[in-house]
Amino acid sequence: MTVVSTTKDDEALSLSIVADLAAPPARVWQLWSDPRQLERWWGPPTWPATFVDHDLTTGGRATYYMTGPEGEKAHGWWRFDSVDEPWSLAFEDGFADDDGTPNDSMPTTRAQVVLEEIPEGTRMTVTSSFQSAEQMQQLVEMGMVEGLTGAMGQIDTILAEG
Amino acid sequence: MVVGRPDDDDVDRLFGALADATRRDIVQRVMGSEASVSTLARSYAMSFAAVQKHVAVLERAGLVSKERRGREQIVRGDIGTIRAAVRLLDVYEELWRGRIGRIDDLLALPPEGDVR
Repeated sequence: MTVVSTTKDDEALSLSIVADLAAPPARVWQLWSDPRQLERWWGPPTWPATFVDHDLTTGGRATYYMTGPEGEKAHGWWRFDSVDEPWSLAFEDGFADDDGTPNDSMPTTRAQVVLEEIPEGTRMTVTSSFQSAEQMQQLVEMGMVEGLTGAMGQIDTILAEG
Repeated sequence: MVVGRPDDDDVDRLFGALADATRRDIVQRVMGSEASVSTLARSYAMSFAAVQKHVAVLERAGLVSKERRGREQIVRGDIGTIRAAVRLLDVYEELWRGRIGRIDDLLALPPEGDVR
């Protein structure tokens, strides 16, 4: 397991995950910069991602969709706030309508990615933050998040046992 | 709104709190509508103090909140907020662990494996 640590900061509504990867930063960067490689890891196996546009430049955008088990499509967009190859990128990740138009009424999350050279290869730190507690709640209420993992379905199971 | 502060200890506390049938029952009752501790106490074959103790465990786990209203202590379920914090951050952690796993696999492929 190359995940070194994860930190959840509920005050800042953020999650940081640190991973040591067995390849130099330039190689890890390709996993972000090449949409065909990005598609191979961004979406969970049950919701693979397809990137329609991917302009990895400061101010650039990406549009993508994830295809669910029933063939349903969830559209999303990224807007790159900063790009510093091969060391860092930051982007906002939001939902889009079926034609790829950003849906402003939906919550967005912000991701910050930092790559550092280490003897073993690259240390990658990703921090995902939510805009507000309300937005976080909204994301939870949308079935989509539930579809991604059953991890916390445990609470429901325990409650149902009552 | 208390969007929880669950770290591992909090999660343990949460599951610990839910490991008891009476407490699960209390949570379910106060999720939809609030109830006073004395009302709750009348529903169980146990003392007021025992019920109060269960409520305190639930309160510490962030599952319910308690508010004094006159002579009554009103209990209300906070499951929604707790879920919001615990679940979403956990879901994202899970999501990212999955992504890192897939990245590892991709990086382990020989260079020609990168060919689109």
